[in-house]
Amino acid sequence: MDFLTPDSFAGFAAELAVAAGEGRPVRIIGGGSKPWAAPASDDALVLGTERFDWTVEHVPGDMTAVFAAGVPFARAQAELAVSGQRMALDPPLGLNDRATIGGVVATGDSGPLAHRYGTPRDQVLGLTVALSDGTIARSGSRVIKNVAGYDLPKLYAGSFGTLGGILAVGVRLRALPRATATILGGAADPDALAAAVAHLARAPLELEALDVAWRSGRGGVLAQVAGTVATRRADEVAFAMSDSGLGTIDIADEDSEFWERQRGLQRSDTRVVVLVTGPRGALPSVLRLADACDATMVGRAALGVSYLTVDPEQVAPLRAALPAGMHAVVLDRPGDVEIDTWGAVDSPSVGLMRAVKAQFDPAGVCNPGLMVGGI
Amino acid sequence: MSLEGSLRGVRQITYEPVEAEQLLADLRRICGDDHVVSDPHALSVYDSDGLRQYRQIPLAAVLPGSADEVVAVVRCCAASGVPFVARGAGTGLSGGALPHVGGVVIVLSRLRKIISVDLAEAVVVAEPGVTNLAISAAVGPSHVYPPDPSSQLVCTIGGNVAENAGGAHCFKYGFTTNYVVGLDVVLADGTLVELRRDRPGYDLIGAFVGSEGTLGIAVRIHLRVVPAAESVRTVVAFFDDVAAAADAVTSVISAAVVPAAVELMDALALRAAETAVPGGYRLDAGAALLVELDGPLLETAAGLEQLLELCLQGGARDVRVAAGVGEREALWATRKAAFPAMTQLSPACYLQDGVVPRSRLADVLEAIERLSAEYGLAVANVFHAGDGNLHPLVCYDPGVPGEGDRALELAGAILRECVARGGSITGEHGVGVDKSAFMSEMFSHDDLDSFARLRCAFDPAGLANPGKLIPTPRLCGERPGPYQQHPLEQSGLATRF
Repeated sequence: MDFLTPDSFAGFAAELAVAAGEGRPVRIIGGGSKPWAAPASDDALVLGTERFDWTVEHVPGDMTAVFAAGVPFARAQAELAVSGQRMALDPPLGLNDRATIGGVVATGDSGPLAHRYGTPRDQVLGLTVALSDGTIARSGSRVIKNVAGYDLPKLYAGSFGTLGGILAVGVRLRALPRATATILGGAADPDALAAAVAHLARAPLELEALDVAWRSGRGGVLAQVAGTVATRRADEVAFAMSDSGLGTIDIADEDSEFWERQRGLQRSDTRVVVLVTGPRGALPSVLRLADACDATMVGRAALGVSYLTVDPEQVAPLRAALPAGMHAVVLDRPGDVEIDTWGAVDSPSVGLMRAVKAQFDPAGVCNPGLMVGGI
Repeated sequence: MSLEGSLRGVRQITYEPVEAEQLLADLRRICGDDHVVSDPHALSVYDSDGLRQYRQIPLAAVLPGSADEVVAVVRCCAASGVPFVARGAGTGLSGGALPHVGGVVIVLSRLRKIISVDLAEAVVVAEPGVTNLAISAAVGPSHVYPPDPSSQLVCTIGGNVAENAGGAHCFKYGFTTNYVVGLDVVLADGTLVELRRDRPGYDLIGAFVGSEGTLGIAVRIHLRVVPAAESVRTVVAFFDDVAAAADAVTSVISAAVVPAAVELMDALALRAAETAVPGGYRLDAGAALLVELDGPLLETAAGLEQLLELCLQGGARDVRVAAGVGEREALWATRKAAFPAMTQLSPACYLQDGVVPRSRLADVLEAIERLSAEYGLAVANVFHAGDGNLHPLVCYDPGVPGEGDRALELAGAILRECVARGGSITGEHGVGVDKSAFMSEMFSHDDLDSFARLRCAFDPAGLANPGKLIPTPRLCGERPGPYQQHPLEQSGLATRF
């Protein structure tokens, strides 16, 4: 297994093309914070983006920035914070905050802010990508509004590097909120918790985040407000939580640790994290399923996105018990545990995905096997 | 018909001549005699979209009455190797729905059912012919569907998906692509695929939205809606010139105020609009900045204070806050009248759609002013300032020999100024046929080739709206004519951008 870290985009594309010519599989890797997303075979070439560590452009007045893919996500956020700005993305960043911007986009990873701002596909404005035939292709733009050409950045975001290697990322920025506050409410019944979430999701509260946390038959709701009047708005949200039937309501002005914990529970060193998606109305079923599988659960309550941390042997029963119309994808797992990431997939759209893969990576060497259906 | 070009998928495709009568008979069998139009005179209704400079009479227009009929029609076209283009209300402004020689126009206006409204999930499922405004009407007053193109009373959701429609409020709320959570798509070979955001795999919905009809036809659309804002505050600030107004926009947005909409009109546009539809704007100002804040009452109240202060610091000579819904609607009515008002003042206008990074607004406006003087043609500026999305209106007289061509050159020069500043050739109108020649100003051959890869994956035969979005050489005699008012505008039903 060779491990190369080219220092130029052209060098990266050239190495990719050589591997494609030899039919040699390539594992594209950023900070290596998601080892489960890149199990490399012995004959693979590992291509790292770690030397792509420069900020291409940041014009504060435009509230946009372009970073080379290997820039650590945390470093980029720190740089932006100097100008009072941020990317409205808060995925877990792994050990020593190793996750890179390119890796976050490639895996479509997100955190609690997805409630209001969506996932990388919603924040990325433009991408530069190396394809396996050695070409370097840009798509999107550096401006926040653009409909010229296909919106390929959305296709690459979350494609796990199976279409090519991301070299640079242009993102939309937001002003750092002057203040935030987090409102917490508790419940010990899945239906009561879900009813409260439904109430909060329908109210015009303009929440930054609306999360749930659940473990062994009890849990709660976490809501974040941000802005110039966060403290006063937090009182309104607390009233709404009280109306919605939640108990033990609390407001925290120093709230970062709550959200760090929520993010942290999207990863596990010793157990398996299963991402469950579906209608938000299925929340009570998901909470009961979590209890049945002895899972710790966190999730984006209004988005129908839940992360269940379970023991490896619970994955099969969890998948079997999943209500119709829901999906379970295995994310983080210990290195010695082998589990099918995607589970059985019979979606007719997978055929179309294969056609897309065949066009962008005809040699089939970019991160083979990492996408749904073995793509 | 042959399309030439060096990109994959659009390389030397030749459509075999078909037995037109047989195809028409098949289409009539599928949709019924009443829903197939083949008389050339009757077909003139479908010969263009909102960009009337480009016209083409197709072989036929069909109006399928169900998704199944769309599938059958597309299969028919595929079997005969006939190109097709889907059409909603025909309000597009880039010629995206321009018919093809010998091709079929698939008109989706009969597919106008809202299939379900689920406020618990905040999802509406609609057929493509449902109008944009009907979605908000179906979920109101508690919820709204945020993308709000100016043609929203008549433009359809299917067209919005094809063009990734924006609108005045997309600065805060995003575009169509941020709201589509599911699509049932008829591919160019007649296969029906279900795409859903919550299913694992590639984001094919993201790839499809904004594909201008070149990847297939969406026959069922799942849209996310959001709770309606608790309060709305609308402000108009008057400046001596557009540069000062543009700089004020940057200072407001940098100060963490997130307006729902930020619209700017220069003196020419302002006077035309206020004269045509009086809404309380000052006629003596050099520029008017319309800013709308929405959200929780506490937030908009605090934001309003900040906004007023920043506008005055930025040199606003007068600032007015709309006192109620009536005043607010009047301010917007004037703003939305800007384009039709200009077309009343000038024999013809060419509407451009370019984008620059926001900090380059003042700078690009200077360049436009310089170009306007150089070409001797007036240019009025109306734009979505928060997004840096310019809509310059190039005024000209088609009666003066050569002036139409000069207007087009000027409009093209403006786009080059946008691209030179790191911007885009289109913010919301799409590429269509109008801008395909400018794609290579913004993208390299390899970039364009990556677009062609996507098209090949979805439509290897190249039958879904060929010749749009990806550049191909312009055919002879395709010189665009002057701007003409769309019948919907004449009837007062729709306004532009």
